[in-house]
Amino acid sequence: MEETLSQLESAQESVADRSPRTKKRALALAIAAPLLLGGCELPSFGAFHGVTKTANSTFKLWQGFNVTAIVVGGITLLAMIWAIFAYRAKDKTSIPKQTQYHIPLELTYTIIPIFIVIGLFAATVVVENQVVDEPAPNATINVTAFQWGWKFTYPGHKAVVVGQTTQSPIMVMPENKNVLINLRSTDVIHGFYVPEFNFSRYAQPGLLNTFTFNANKTGMFDAQCTQLCGLYHTLMYFRVNVVSQAKFDAWLRAKDASTTQQEVIDANSAIALENNAGVAVNPTKSNGDGAN
Amino acid sequence: MTDLIERPVSTSDGDNVDHGTETSHHHDHHGPTGIMKWLTSTDHKVIGLSYTVTSLIMMIIGGAFAEIIRAQLVSPTSNLVSFSQYNELFTMHGSVMIYLFVGPFAFAGLANYLIPIQIGAPDMAFPRLNAFSYWLYLTGSITMLSGFLVGGGAANFGWVGYAPLSSAANSPGTGADLWICALLLTGFSAIFSGVNLVATIFYLRAPGMTLFRMPIFTWNMLVTGILILLAFPVLTAGLIMLYCDRHFGTHIYTVQGGGVPLLWQHIFWFWGHPEVYILALPFFGIVTEIFPVFSKKPVFGYRGMVFATLTIAALSLGVWAHHMFTTGAVLLPFFSIMSLLIAVPTGIKMFNWIGTMWGGKVHYSTAMLMSMGFLFTFLIGGITGIFLASPPLDFFTHDTYYVVAHFHSVVMALVMGALAGIYFWAPKMTGHMMHEGIGKIQFWFLFIGTQLFTFPLYLVGLHGMPRRMANYPINPSWQTLNEWGSVGAILIGISMVLFLVNVIYSWKKPVVAGDNPWDGHTLEWFTTSPPPSHNFLSLPPIHSERPTWDYNHPDHLAIEHNHKKQAKKSAKASAASDAS
Ligand code: HEM
Ligand SMILES: [Cu+2]
Ligand SMILES: [Cu+2]
Repeated sequence: MEETLSQLESAQESVADRSPRTKKRALALAIAAPLLLGGCELPSFGAFHGVTKTANSTFKLWQGFNVTAIVVGGITLLAMIWAIFAYRAKDKTSIPKQTQYHIPLELTYTIIPIFIVIGLFAATVVVENQVVDEPAPNATINVTAFQWGWKFTYPGHKAVVVGQTTQSPIMVMPENKNVLINLRSTDVIHGFYVPEFNFSRYAQPGLLNTFTFNANKTGMFDAQCTQLCGLYHTLMYFRVNVVSQAKFDAWLRAKDASTTQQEVIDANSAIALENNAGVAVNPTKSNGDGAN
Repeated sequence: MTDLIERPVSTSDGDNVDHGTETSHHHDHHGPTGIMKWLTSTDHKVIGLSYTVTSLIMMIIGGAFAEIIRAQLVSPTSNLVSFSQYNELFTMHGSVMIYLFVGPFAFAGLANYLIPIQIGAPDMAFPRLNAFSYWLYLTGSITMLSGFLVGGGAANFGWVGYAPLSSAANSPGTGADLWICALLLTGFSAIFSGVNLVATIFYLRAPGMTLFRMPIFTWNMLVTGILILLAFPVLTAGLIMLYCDRHFGTHIYTVQGGGVPLLWQHIFWFWGHPEVYILALPFFGIVTEIFPVFSKKPVFGYRGMVFATLTIAALSLGVWAHHMFTTGAVLLPFFSIMSLLIAVPTGIKMFNWIGTMWGGKVHYSTAMLMSMGFLFTFLIGGITGIFLASPPLDFFTHDTYYVVAHFHSVVMALVMGALAGIYFWAPKMTGHMMHEGIGKIQFWFLFIGTQLFTFPLYLVGLHGMPRRMANYPINPSWQTLNEWGSVGAILIGISMVLFLVNVIYSWKKPVVAGDNPWDGHTLEWFTTSPPPSHNFLSLPPIHSERPTWDYNHPDHLAIEHNHKKQAKKSAKASAASDAS
C-alpha cells in the first residue's frame, strides 16, 4: 500500500507540471494502481463517458469507485445473505453459543476499510486537481444565470447570446481548446450543469466561479439548471455547441456583426429589470401551467 | 432519583400476577384518565406514545405528498399539479419527513418511551420539560402544514431553504414565514429532548447499570442527544437571522446589503450533516436491539459498536461542506477525506450486525425481516453515498436524481428500521401483539417497493435528470425509468395501507402479549406490558447489557473473547453476586 501511495504522489507531481503525456500516464497509473484494473475495458455503470478531458478522467474515477464498491459491497452482501439464510432457526427454543467478541476479526474489518478509503481518496485528489486546474485559456466565455435563463458573452466581442426557459440559449465553444468559463448569477443560486461534461457548478450572486473545459468531441449537448431557483426552474434549459476552431471563429465574427448595440443593451437590461423588479420576463411556456 | 436508589433491587423472580394487580392499582389512584390524561400527562410513556403516533401521522402526510410527486412524474409533460404547486409539494414532503417524522419518531418517540425503562429509571429527568417539548413539536407541525392554507401557498424553496431564494424578495409568501417559525418551534422541541436524553442517561441509571452495560439503543440515544445539543442551536440561530432578513431589514444573507448568501449554506449544513446522524443513529440503535434478540445471541462486538457510534458522531461534525462541493467555495480535500472516513465506523456497524446473526439461531419475525430489509437497503444507500464524498463524482451527480436515490435508500432503510421498532416494541407499549402475517406481507411490499423506487432513480440521475423538476419535456427518454420509480412508490404506499390495516386489526382482535414475548434481552422485557407507572416493581441484577436474558438464561451468558475459561469465570461471578 505504501508503495502505491508513493506512486500516487509522484503521479500528482507530474500532473502539476502539465505535460499532457505524463499527465495522462500519471492519471492512468493513479487510477490503475489502487484498483489494479485501470487497463481493462469496464462498463460505464450508467454514467456518461464524457466529452471533455476532465470529464473523461472523472468517468474513469467513477469506474474505479464502482469496481471497489462492487467488490466490497459484494463481499458484504454475500456475508449478509449467508448469515440470514444459513443460520435460520429450526426450532423455537435452542440457544446457540453466546459469542460476543472476536478481536482479530473486528480489527481486520476496521483496518482494511481504512486502506481502501485512503486509496479512494488518493485517486480522488488526482482527478480533482485536474478538474479544478486552470490552464492558460484559449478562449473565455462569461456565463450569467438569471431567473430563468442564461446569457453568454465573449470578452472582447460584441456577441451576446441570451434566452429564457425553453428558448434554450446555445453556448458555442471551440473544440480541443482550453475554454475558461466565468460563471455568475444576478439573483438566486443556479446550477450550471452539462451532463455530458460530467460537471456542474453553482452560479451564485456575489461570487465569481471559474473553471475550464477542454472538449474533445463536437456536437450539441443538452444542459439545464440543477439548483432550485424558483417557479420556472424546471424549464431553465440551455445547450452547449462544441464546434471546430474555424467554425467557432466564423460564428463569433458573424455574431459580432449581427448583434446590434441595442441587443446588447436589451440583454443587459432584461436581466437587470428582472432582477430589480422581481418580475418575470414572460417565460416561454411549454405546458399548460397556469401559475405566473 | 432518590426513589430509585432506595427501592430494593429484588432478585426474586419477577412475579407476573403481582405486576398485574399493581398496575391496575396505580391506574385507580392516578389522576385524570382519557383525553385529560393525555393533555396533562408528564409520564414519559404517554409522551413517548404521543410523539410516536403524531410522527407516524406526519409520515403518512409526507408520504401522500410523495405519491402526488411520483404521479406527476410518470409523464414528461404532466400537469396534474402546476409548477408552483410542485415546488410546494417537494418542499413540504422533504420538510415533513425530515423535521416532523424521522427525527421526532426516533429521538423523541421511541427514545422517550424506552430509555428510562432500558436503564431502570422511573421517568425522564425533566418530565415537565418533556411534555413542553411535545407540545412545541405538535404546534410546530401544525404551523408548518398550515402553510397550505395561506395565500401564496406553503414554503416552496426546498427543505434546505437556500438563501437568497428564501429571502423576502424571492419568496414573499406567508408560507415561508410559517416554515421558519415551524422549524424554530420543532428545533427548540428537539433541543429540550436532547437535554432530557443526556441528563436521563447520565443521572438516572439503576444501580449496576454502568455506561458499558447500557443497551446499544440507549448508547446511540445518548450520542444523538449530544449531537442535538451541538447542532440544533446553530440552525436556530441561522433561522432567526433569516427571519430578521425577511422582516427587520437586516442583510445577513443578501448581497445587496453587503451580506453573504453562502453563509446560510454553511450554517444550514453545519446543522444538516450532524442531523443526518441524529436521524440515523436511533435507527441503528433499534436494529441493534432486534438482531440479537432474534438471533438469540448477544450483539457482536458491543464495545466496537459503541466506539463506532462515537467515531461517527465526531466525524459528522466536520463534514458539512460535502453538501457544498459545487459552490466552488470550500476546501475540497479536507471535507472529502473526512466524509470518506465515515465509511469506516459505518462499515464496522454493518459487519457487527452481520456478525450478530452469524452462528446464531435466526428467527424470521416481522421485526427481524424489517431489520434485514434495513441492512440491505442501508448497504445500498451507504455505498452510493461514498461516491458523493469524492468531489469530482459529486460534481456530476449533485442535484440530480442520483442524490435523491441515494438518500432515499438511506431514509427508506430508516423507515424499515422504524417499522421494525414498532413491530418489536408495540407488544410492550400496548400489551398486545401486532399481526405477524400482515406484517410480513407489509414487509415485502415495502422492501420490493423501495428497491423498485430507488434503482431507476439512480439511473435517471446518471442520465442527467436534475431533482426538483416538475416536467421533463425535452427528455422524454427519462420517462420509462420514472414510471418504474412510480410503481415502486405505489408498492410503498400499499405497504403503508397494510400497516394501518394491521394496527386496526390488532386493536380490534387483541392477542395478549405477556411481559416478554420475544425472549428479550434488556430491562424493558423484565417489567409488565405495558409497564406500570414508574416502570418497575423490581429489577433483576445487572451484570451485562442483557440483564433480562442473564436472568432468564443463567447458563447462557455472553462469552467474552471467544474464550472458555472467561465464560466460566463470568458465570461464577454473576452467580456469586446473585446470591449476595
Ligand atoms: C413513499 C416513499 C417516498 C417517496 C415515493 C418519495 C419520493 C420523493 C421524490 C420523488 C422526491 C424528489 C422530488 C423532486 O426532486 O422533484 C423526494 C424528495 C425528498 N424526499 Fe422523499 N420519498 C419518500 C419517502 C421519503 C422519506 C421517508 C424521507 C425522509 C425521511 C424523504 C425525504 C425527502 C427529502 C428530504 C427530499 C428532498 C426535498 C427537496 O428536494 O427539497 N422521502 N421524495
Ligand atoms: Cu434552477
Ligand atoms: Cu452530509
